[in-house]
Amino acid sequence: MSDYSAWSPEKAVEVIAAHADKEGALMPILHALVETFGWVPDEAVPLIAGILNLSRADVHGVLTFYHDFRRHPAPRHVVKLCQAEACQSRGSRALTEHAEQRLGMKIDAHGHGRGEVSLEPIYCLGLCASGPNALIDGRPHARLTPARFDALMAETVR
Amino acid sequence: MSLHVYVPGDMNSVALGADEVAGTLAIEAAKRSMTIEIVRNGSRGLFSIEPLVEIETANGRIGYGPVFPEDVKALVAAGLFDGAPHALCVGKPEELPFFKSQTRLTFARNGITDPQSFDDYVAHGGMKGLARALELGPKAIVEEVFQSGLRGRGGAGFPTGIKWKTVAETTGPTKYIVCNADEGDSGTFADRMVMEGDPFQLIEGMAIAGIAVGATFGYVYIRSEYPFAVAAMRDAIVTARKRGLLGKGVGGSAYDFDMDVRVGAGAYVCGEETSLLESLEGKRGLVRAKPPLPAHKGLFGKPTVINNVLSLAAVPYILAEGFDAYRDYGMGRSRGTMPIQLAGNIKNGGLYETPFGVTLGEIVNVIGGGTDSGRPVRAVQVGGPLGAYFPPALFDTPFDYEAFAAKDGLIGHAGVTVFDDTADMLKQARFAMEFCAVESCGKCTPCRIGSTRGVEVLDKIAAGEDREDNLVLIEDLCNTMKFGSLCALGGFTPYPVMSALTHFPEDFGRPKARLEAAE
Repeated sequence: MSDYSAWSPEKAVEVIAAHADKEGALMPILHALVETFGWVPDEAVPLIAGILNLSRADVHGVLTFYHDFRRHPAPRHVVKLCQAEACQSRGSRALTEHAEQRLGMKIDAHGHGRGEVSLEPIYCLGLCASGPNALIDGRPHARLTPARFDALMAETVR
Repeated sequence: MSLHVYVPGDMNSVALGADEVAGTLAIEAAKRSMTIEIVRNGSRGLFSIEPLVEIETANGRIGYGPVFPEDVKALVAAGLFDGAPHALCVGKPEELPFFKSQTRLTFARNGITDPQSFDDYVAHGGMKGLARALELGPKAIVEEVFQSGLRGRGGAGFPTGIKWKTVAETTGPTKYIVCNADEGDSGTFADRMVMEGDPFQLIEGMAIAGIAVGATFGYVYIRSEYPFAVAAMRDAIVTARKRGLLGKGVGGSAYDFDMDVRVGAGAYVCGEETSLLESLEGKRGLVRAKPPLPAHKGLFGKPTVINNVLSLAAVPYILAEGFDAYRDYGMGRSRGTMPIQLAGNIKNGGLYETPFGVTLGEIVNVIGGGTDSGRPVRAVQVGGPLGAYFPPALFDTPFDYEAFAAKDGLIGHAGVTVFDDTADMLKQARFAMEFCAVESCGKCTPCRIGSTRGVEVLDKIAAGEDREDNLVLIEDLCNTMKFGSLCALGGFTPYPVMSALTHFPEDFGRPKARLEAAE
């Protein structure tokens, strides 16, 4: 799991300012906010817009276009299961069903909010000859079986 | 001198336990008071033997694999550090048929060197391309790349030399080199392997591109699903600046070139070049209409060379060895080598670089060894989520841009994803539409609406509802998407859908296709 700072507008302004001079600064800024706080609250939108001299609509548009920019507080643990074709050919559909049962939730691109665990899809980690693959709290895992998945979950969620 | 032990540090090997293997090896060596130096090389590219541990011996490097963390203790006890025989010993990795039969130009160093060692890079032929490029000068570099026959490895296959020439001929003080490392296609990982396993090669290729067209800055746009590649490129760029490959006076010349890493944010469509440029500018990844071409108005409206990782990574070889050395490989208008990625349900999955012309059947059955599950091959998707599904009846198709197009398919980024006979091709067709609906940027109607309607129509077909009418409808919809979409996402999603329907009609409730074998 990751240690994120609690949201604070003052800290957010620091993070934003650190990247504001870059060409096309908005993407690096949103990434940096997610790295710092685990998410980008709506409150951040006017702060970014002000510093970059963009409209709030511009910032909102970018924030909501990309899957990676979480708009709710990050859960303690994030399990991303690959749903793409190469993993499908190696049994990812069955593994996904197993994971949904094990974690008691449906796989969901929007995540599961502030909870303990969130089960989310990811489309390809580029480990395509040794699927099914997952990214669990940022660490890659290959050749997953239901048993291996359960073992990893037991280590992750204590 | 300490013993060199190689344990790959690439994302795939780490996903298979390479970090734990390296850690246990260090502990076991310490217990024996041995000094070993563990080198985290890239993967050589055969994932059925990863993690592959290699020991440097007087006789060359001896490989053991796959070595999982729980194997290490026994392996060390059996004499691993002396290169002793063992059931997991594969001998010299380069002697394995999978590697021996390859022609590695772009992947010559991958798995052999320490990816972050600039000295290793130079000792294994790095920087020669830049040196010759500096002798030739901009105009001759462009000509060399044009003559090599190199075509865009991202999938479109557009001649790289023409792209460079177009940018070189524009005037104006600011131009950019953009490397498309948004390798989102399932079944592809060659870009990732270049960045993790030989990052200086890509940097050298970008620097040469900059000198050739008069650009002094470049970006490599890497997808966020590749955290190891992001870290490797960032580290390598810092080293490249220290060693004079980047910065003021590249390679001691009068040319300046520097670059930076930018990270995507989970949008597949950003692999489309104009969408990627929008994203780099800090905008939504909406596809741009062409013209204007990026070569004229690209990043921030400036002339821009935008090339795939594999295109740019091929450049140092072409410059170092001469255009003819590269051009003499291949067939027809597909020159040079293609790093083919064997993926999915395949026994010998991995990276196989070979000249164009090898047939799909050879790739899947001979080199790939058939399915990993041991069941018969049913379908092979070539070129990622937007590529066609090929049945074994079309396995005589040679790897060549034109030959694949003639069979209503595409090479794309040369990912080959194998499915065994448990695959349900209606489900695969539905997934193609579903994926397009999730990832559509929303700018054009055929893609945004068509993909959602496509999922609905395929669901009706699956439920047996007005089957024939709906099959006619899905064909019509595919035509609309193919010819009416702004970019390849909507335009190519019909490839997997229509190929599934054409070659596997029985999964859609139609009679089984007859002929085929004759093709």
